[in-house]
Amino acid sequence: MGEQTQQNDIAIRMRGVTKIFGPDPQIALALLRSGKSKDDVQAETGHVVGLDNVSLNIARSQIFVVMGLSGSGKSTLIRHVNRLIDPTAGEIEVGGEDVLSMNLEQLRDFRRTKIAMVFQKFGLLPHRSVLANVAYGLEVRGVKKAEREEKAAQWIETVGLQGYENSRPRQLSGGQQQRVGLARALAMDTEIILMDEAFSALDPLIRSGMQDQLLELQQSLHKTILFITHDFDEALKIGNRIAVLKDGAVQQEGKPEDIVLNPSNAHIEDFVRDVNKARAIHVRTIMDTSKIEPSVLTVPEDARCEDVLPYFAEHDWIGVVNADGKQIGQITAKRVIKALARYSPDVPTPAGE
Amino acid sequence: MFPDVIDTRPLRRAVDNGLNWVVRNWGTELEAAASPLLRLLNAIEQLLLATPWWLIIAILVGVAWLATRRWQLPLVVFLSMIFLGVMDLWRDAMVTTALMIAATLTAIVISIPIGVWMSRSTRVRQIVTPVLDLMQTMPSFVYLIPTVMIFGPGRIPALIATIVYASPPLMRLTDLGLRNVDPAVMEASQAFGATPTQKLFGVQIPLALPTILAGVNQTTMMALAMVVIASMIGAGGLGYQVLQGIGRLEVSRGLFAGLGIVALAIIFDRITQAYGKRLQARIGISEAR
Repeated sequence: MGEQTQQNDIAIRMRGVTKIFGPDPQIALALLRSGKSKDDVQAETGHVVGLDNVSLNIARSQIFVVMGLSGSGKSTLIRHVNRLIDPTAGEIEVGGEDVLSMNLEQLRDFRRTKIAMVFQKFGLLPHRSVLANVAYGLEVRGVKKAEREEKAAQWIETVGLQGYENSRPRQLSGGQQQRVGLARALAMDTEIILMDEAFSALDPLIRSGMQDQLLELQQSLHKTILFITHDFDEALKIGNRIAVLKDGAVQQEGKPEDIVLNPSNAHIEDFVRDVNKARAIHVRTIMDTSKIEPSVLTVPEDARCEDVLPYFAEHDWIGVVNADGKQIGQITAKRVIKALARYSPDVPTPAGE
Repeated sequence: MFPDVIDTRPLRRAVDNGLNWVVRNWGTELEAAASPLLRLLNAIEQLLLATPWWLIIAILVGVAWLATRRWQLPLVVFLSMIFLGVMDLWRDAMVTTALMIAATLTAIVISIPIGVWMSRSTRVRQIVTPVLDLMQTMPSFVYLIPTVMIFGPGRIPALIATIVYASPPLMRLTDLGLRNVDPAVMEASQAFGATPTQKLFGVQIPLALPTILAGVNQTTMMALAMVVIASMIGAGGLGYQVLQGIGRLEVSRGLFAGLGIVALAIIFDRITQAYGKRLQARIGISEAR
């Protein structure tokens, strides 16, 4: 029973997914399985390893971020979920369905009804109005014109583009164009949305606004969103969970704070170093729950480290309270310093490991 | 000189006899098969000749105005048409225009599907491209001989020769236009589960339309370039006047008929180009790329 519920909570399951680009991927796959590195395989056979044995369980109703630099295979990974790219080996299940066993007709039906996608370069149809663009997915699905345009108009309003229904995409700014892309995906009313570097092409301020809008929408929609980015700050801001990808392999997967607090290797530490950790880390993840002394000064559990720093000028520790106002732990200056300190392999990692 | 390696005479004879055999045994069938082309050409020609001259001028000037929304092109079109009328070339110009329109329509019907096919399969493209090269470089007299033998001198071989000469650019540009559609848009369409037909008619063809229209423009120009040669085997029209001018050493006849062909070329070239530009601006391809 418990096992069953857990299975139903997983929206996307990838197991051992490997992708090799080249004329004869099986030979390269055998080499890779024999323990050779990505670079060795490329040097010996000329094949490029896109994904190397990726296994991920992505739970329902959360934003799962895959973070990696360019060439890390993150765009390849997201395209496996709706099979825009076929894997060389591995299993992919979406909503309990085996995506790889689908024939072409089933696959089209799956793309039309179960999954929507937002693209880095927007992928809008330049010859169509904003309204017709947002209605495009429904049109492909075969929804009647009046119905799909009504739905499209609703979503255009939700993303804040009312008044632009009859504009052409090129008449809009980048941020507005991506709102059209987002509305087009949302209009599909699918449980799963794939977002491939959706905000990367936008100016920083616009990007931040789009992130806020996505989080706000997610509070009422509870979609399963697989979000790809190269921006660690973006990953920390919107992700419920984060997987870090390098050379096609998953380096670390966990809650944002786990990754900031316990980067599993030097590559991830490189990302973490430039992050404002004081803003990324919530006090509840580093508080001490072993002893609870009554305290006059308290902060809520979802306060961030930067919020408690001012108190430490006068106090050694302060209490942490939950949403009901009950004290659930306390936090010391020492713990905060430990959490914010730089990772170095020779020093034991802070508590929580 | 190059040594005689083989005796080529049997080969030549085989080719000649083969053609003769086709003419003897299949001549009537081939002629019947080509008769829709002839009917199309005759219908267009009769329509153009039956339409009053002022109406044709009004239509072309109107189309030029719609294509550009300026006064320059309509004026050029108007003056060119008046020139054709004043120089007593109206009838010949209509006959030539009919040949050009019939050849262009047929070329569109044949070339666009082949262009679509080429864009979908690299193999088809590898096979068709050299055939197109051959069609464009082979001197047209070479394939005029067998077509005249099969159909007899007249309008069918003239029309077929014009089609053969005028279709390659349209096939090439259809293929090019479809292949150059922004891959990001194609991927989006695929991710939403579009069928190949939905992709072709909903995304590819609309976005490739300016390029395809450039191909149609090329086809009309190539068709007009063929009119003198086509008139040698019975197409009539302005080309025939040029031919007579040469035959009778009447420079004026050849010159004015030649200028008439130039006038037609300017009219159709500028109008189709203007439509292409309008379409491109409306789609906004340049900004979207």
